[in-house]
Amino acid sequence: MGIDLPLIWFLIIGFGVMMYVIMDGFDLGIGILFPFIRSREDRDTMVNTVAPVWDGNETWLVLGGAGLMAAFPKAYAVLLSALYIPALGLLMGLIWRGVSFEFRFKANDAHKPFWDGAFMTGSFVAAFFQGVMLGAFINGHHVVDGVATGGVLAWLTPFNVFTGLGVVVGYALLGATWLILKTEGQLQRLVIRATTPILLATLASLLIVSVWTPLNHPAIAQRWFSLPNFLFFVPVPILVLLSTWATLRSLRAEPHAGPFIWSLILVFLGYSGLVISIWPNILPPDISIWEAAAPPQSLGFALVGALLIIPMILVYTAWSYYVFRGKVKAGEGYH
Amino acid sequence: MIGFTALELARVQFGFTMSFHIIFPAITIGLAAYLAVLEGLWLWKRDDTYLDLYHFWSKIFAVNFAMGVVSGLVMAYQFGTNWSFYSQFAGSITGPLLAYEVLTAFFLEAGFLGVMLFGWSKVGRGLHFFATVMVALGTMISATWILASNSWMQTPQGHEVINGVVVPVDWLAIILNPSFPYRLAHMVTAAMLSTALFVGASGAWHLLRGNSRPAVKRMFSMALWMVLFTAPLQVVIGDMHGLNTLKHQPAKIAAVEGHWSNTPGEGVPLILFGIPDMDAETTRYKVEIPRLASFILTHSWDGQIPGLKEFAPEDRPNSTILFWAFRVMVGLGSLMVLLGLYGAWARWRRRLFDSPVLTRFALWMGPSGVIALLAGWYVTEIGRQPWVVYGLMRTKDAVSTHSAMTLSLGLVILVAMYFAVFGIGIAYLLRLVKHGPLAHGEDVLEEAPSINQRPARPLSAVDEPLTPKSTES
Repeated sequence: MGIDLPLIWFLIIGFGVMMYVIMDGFDLGIGILFPFIRSREDRDTMVNTVAPVWDGNETWLVLGGAGLMAAFPKAYAVLLSALYIPALGLLMGLIWRGVSFEFRFKANDAHKPFWDGAFMTGSFVAAFFQGVMLGAFINGHHVVDGVATGGVLAWLTPFNVFTGLGVVVGYALLGATWLILKTEGQLQRLVIRATTPILLATLASLLIVSVWTPLNHPAIAQRWFSLPNFLFFVPVPILVLLSTWATLRSLRAEPHAGPFIWSLILVFLGYSGLVISIWPNILPPDISIWEAAAPPQSLGFALVGALLIIPMILVYTAWSYYVFRGKVKAGEGYH
Repeated sequence: MIGFTALELARVQFGFTMSFHIIFPAITIGLAAYLAVLEGLWLWKRDDTYLDLYHFWSKIFAVNFAMGVVSGLVMAYQFGTNWSFYSQFAGSITGPLLAYEVLTAFFLEAGFLGVMLFGWSKVGRGLHFFATVMVALGTMISATWILASNSWMQTPQGHEVINGVVVPVDWLAIILNPSFPYRLAHMVTAAMLSTALFVGASGAWHLLRGNSRPAVKRMFSMALWMVLFTAPLQVVIGDMHGLNTLKHQPAKIAAVEGHWSNTPGEGVPLILFGIPDMDAETTRYKVEIPRLASFILTHSWDGQIPGLKEFAPEDRPNSTILFWAFRVMVGLGSLMVLLGLYGAWARWRRRLFDSPVLTRFALWMGPSGVIALLAGWYVTEIGRQPWVVYGLMRTKDAVSTHSAMTLSLGLVILVAMYFAVFGIGIAYLLRLVKHGPLAHGEDVLEEAPSINQRPARPLSAVDEPLTPKSTES
C-alpha cells in the first residue's frame, strides 16, 4: 500500500494545531493584554476585534482532540492522562473565558469588571497550561504498559512552567500585533509602545528554551547537532533573528499589517523547530507516529470525512476573516 | 473523597459532565426540528404567528446551542484524561466516530447556522428555510454518530481484537450494530418530547400569567399535540428497545426488574416497588403484580427472563440504581402520556387555554422530559456495567491510573465550574423564555440591524442583557 496514512494524519493534526496556535493565540493574547489597557472603551474595542472569529478559532482545538483520538489513540490516551491537571486547567480556562467573553457584552456596568477579570484570568490560565503541556510534550514520556511513568504531577517542572510563561508572552505578542493591525488612534499607539518589550521577551523565551532543551535532552541535542540534521536546523534560529528584526523595523513608522505577519512567521518558526526536534515521534522520546497510529481501517475511514469537510471549514474561515477585514473603531461592535 | 474509589470517582466525573452536556444537545435537536416546522408552516399558511414563534425560539435555540458547544469541549478530551486504557483499546472505533460528529457539527455551524440566525435580510425565504432544515438535519446526523459510538460499546460487532487492541473490520456493521436503531429512535424521540414539554411549560407559564397572545396559545397548543402523539410513540419504541436489550444484555434487564431468580414453570412478576439489595441478593419490600413482567418482556404469561443470580456477582450491574432510575423514567413517561390525553380532552371540550389544572400540569411537566432522558441514560450506561465495552473490556480496566485524591480535586473544580457557568447560562435562558414571543413588528431584533451584515456567533442573536434591568438602579 503506497499511502502513508499515519504521515497524512500527522500532517493534518500538525496543521490543525498550528491553525489553533496562530488563531486562538492572538485572541487569547487580547485577554492577556487586558491588565495593561485600563479604559473601558479600549477594552471593548479590543474584544470587538476578535468577537466575530474567536469561537471559530477554537474549533481547531476540538478537531485536534478528536483527530488525535481517531488517528493516534495511544498518544491521545497517554498524553492526556499524564497531563490530566494541565488539560483540566486548559479546558476550564477556555470555558471560563468563552463564557465571560459573551457575558461581558450582556452584563450591566456594575458587573462588567467581574466579567473583564474572568476574561483576563481565563485567557491567562488557558495560555499558561497550553505552554505547560507543550513543555511536558517536549520533555517526553516514558511509557510502561500504556502509562507514562512519573505520576500526575510529573508535568510540574521548572522547564514546563517556563514554557507555560513563554507561551503567555508569545500569545501576548500575537495579540498586540493583531491589535496594531485592527485598531487605530490612541489604543493603537499604546499597543505599539507595548509591543517592543513583549517581542524581546518572546525572543528571550525562544532562546532560553532553545538552549535549555538540548541541555536537558541529550537525544534532542544529538538530533540537532549531527549532520545532516544540523543543516536543516541551522536556518531556524537565523530566520528567528531575521523576523524579530523585521518586526522591530515594521513597528517604526505607521505600522499596519507588518508586525502581525512577522510575528506569525516568528511563531511558525518556533513551531517548525519543535516539529524538527521531535520528528518522527508523536510521543517523544521514542514512540513514533507509526507505532502510535490507529489501524489503517480507522485512519482511512476518518480521512474521508476530514478531506471532505476541512477544506469547507477553511473556505468559511477565510471568508469570515475577509468579511471582517479593516480597522475596528471604538463603539463599533459586531456583537 | 470520602469512601469513593478512584474508579467510582472517575465514573462520577464522566456521569456529571455528560449529564450536564446531554441536556443541551437534546434540546438543540428538538428545537431545531421545531423551528423547521414553524418556518415551514409560516411559508405554507402565511400566518405571521408562526414567524413570531420562530424568532422567539430561535434566540433560545442560539443560547442553548452555545452552551452545548462549550460543555462539549470537555467531552472531546475526557476519554484521554480519564479513560486512557479505553482510548488505547477502542480509540480506533470511538475516535473516528467522534471525529465525524465533530466534523458534522462544524460543517453545520459553518454552513447553515449563520444563515439561519442572521440571514433573514440577506437570503430569500426559500433559502432561509433550507438553512433551517439543514441545521435540524445536521443535529440529527450529529446524534447518529454519537449514538453509533455509544451503541457499539453496548453491543459491539464488526471488529476484531488483535494484540489487545480493537481493529475495525466492517464499519457498516460497527455503525449498524444491533442496539443502534433502537437507541437512536429512543433518543431522538426523547429529544423531541423533552423539547415539546419545555415549549408547553413555557406556554403554560405565560397563560397562567394572563398572557394569552395568539403566539402563546399557538405554542401551547402545538406542544400538547406533540406530546399527545410522541409520548405513546416513545412507550412503543421504549418497549422495543427493552426487548432488544433483553436479547443482548439480559443482566441489565434483570437488574432493572430487580429479578433475582426464577421459580420453575412460573411467570415473572412485575415489581412495582422494592429495594434491590446487591449483597443479600434479593429485592426487599416488594410490591408485585404476578406474571406481568413475563407478559411485557416475553409477550407470554409464563415466559421467563434470566435472573441476576444466573450471572456471576462480578458481572452484575447495580440493581438498586437501575431499578429506580428505570421507574423514574417510566413513571414520568406515563405522566407524559396522561398530559397528552388530558390536553386532547380539554381541546375537545374547547377548554385548552383556560383549564387551570391543565396549564399547571403542563408547567410542572416542563423539566420532566429532560429528567426522564437522564434517567434513561443512567439505566443504559450503569446497566452496561461492569463492562465499558460489553463483554470485551471491563470498566475497571479502562480507567486511567489517577489517585482518588487527583480525581476528587478534578471533580470539585468541574462541579464548581459547571454550576457557575451553566447555572448562569440556564438562568439566562429562562429569562428569555419569560419575555415571551412578541407580535410581528414589535421585535426590533427581527431585522438584525446590529449585525452590520456580518456573521456572528450564536449568542449574538440575542440582545437580552445578562442581569435584569432593575438591578442597575
